[in-house]
Amino acid sequence: EIPQHSLPVIPDSTTSLALSGSYVSNKMINKLIQVHDKIFCCIAGSLADAQAVTKMAKFQLSFHSIQMEAPPLVKAAASVLKELCYNNREELQAGFITAGWDRKRGPQVYTVSMGGMLISQPFTIGGSGSTFIYGYADAKFKPDMSREECLQFTTNALTLAIGRDNVSGGVVHMVVITEDGVEHVVVPGDKLPKFHDE
Amino acid sequence: MLEESSLQPEWLSEEVSTGTTIIAIAFEGGVVIGSDSRVSAGASVVNRVMNKLSPLHDKIYCALSGSAADAQTMAEIVNYQLDVHSIEVGEDPLVRSAATLVKNISYKYKEELSAHLIVAGWDRRAGGQVYVTLDGLLARQPFAIGGSGSSYIYGFVDAEYRQGMTKKDCQEFVVNALALAMNRDGSSGGVAYFVTIDKDGTDEKCILGNKLPTFFDE
Repeated sequence: EIPQHSLPVIPDSTTSLALSGSYVSNKMINKLIQVHDKIFCCIAGSLADAQAVTKMAKFQLSFHSIQMEAPPLVKAAASVLKELCYNNREELQAGFITAGWDRKRGPQVYTVSMGGMLISQPFTIGGSGSTFIYGYADAKFKPDMSREECLQFTTNALTLAIGRDNVSGGVVHMVVITEDGVEHVVVPGDKLPKFHDE
Repeated sequence: MLEESSLQPEWLSEEVSTGTTIIAIAFEGGVVIGSDSRVSAGASVVNRVMNKLSPLHDKIYCALSGSAADAQTMAEIVNYQLDVHSIEVGEDPLVRSAATLVKNISYKYKEELSAHLIVAGWDRRAGGQVYVTLDGLLARQPFAIGGSGSSYIYGFVDAEYRQGMTKKDCQEFVVNALALAMNRDGSSGGVAYFVTIDKDGTDEKCILGNKLPTFFDE
């Protein structure tokens, strides 16, 4: 049996603000898209492009899982996104973090960058606010954290990023994916942890 | 017609910048000010061991970032102006005076210069103080970060800073922050310099690259 680890998906730091120019068009948008039962994608960049790509990927994955008669591997999902991003790299402006759980490798995180690069990492951050939390994430991440520690790490990291990035904010969405299923956690802005300057 | 490649390497025509990560933090009774040591001209590192912490007076230092030439010149000029000022008043200058002199230059020549100095030190009147002079403003802060590498550590310093840190806590804070920024920023690197200033004097330290704190991926 694959050892159980829960793996909170770390949403990209443009948490739930959707912008057109400098106008905030939506403060409650969920940037975590489910592409299969236990595989989610965080989107960054042009939301229109990201939505189009994930819709296509969702279709391809459900077809793939019917053909294979098994849920798709997280790597397969990430690969599908990568193919779409790479082959249409001139037109698209979207990056993704794909994370989920499968029977073969357990919890995994993959980054698909804007140009179409695909890499696997123990954890990853993305989006405009992510530059501010590289130091924090590097310092505080430890491999094999528990579910509670992961949730705390993610909430803290997002709160710090929101505190410094003017285009991140709103509501924090998190999804915990384990062998047993998927759980949504939503933290509104006023319930986020406070740091020294507040 | 094919373009002629230059007879000179590219880096000779790039502006030399102290890419940089600089940080200063005040504690009860003094300050710790720190920096990395990389000076870059475009993609080349032209000096990997530069000390960007420049003394403005016995117990007042500044940390340089931005254009190397502009920053060094500003520091030299303020050093001279502070010497004159301290002779005129007959005692050691205040940190705020030093910061004001830096600010005056930053503000007056803001179109021409592109350097940012963080001023930190100790004086008898207000103890340890840290001032930022970015773009010609003057503001006192409990701690300050600057330079290209500082973007990556905003989250870290926001999370780790607490009021009432001791001298040792501050030194660790500075070294950890510098190490994290140096790992992520291409324009920061080399060794970490830091200076601790309190009523008893100034203590300059250098931590070599391989002795810096390491994190999960190293």
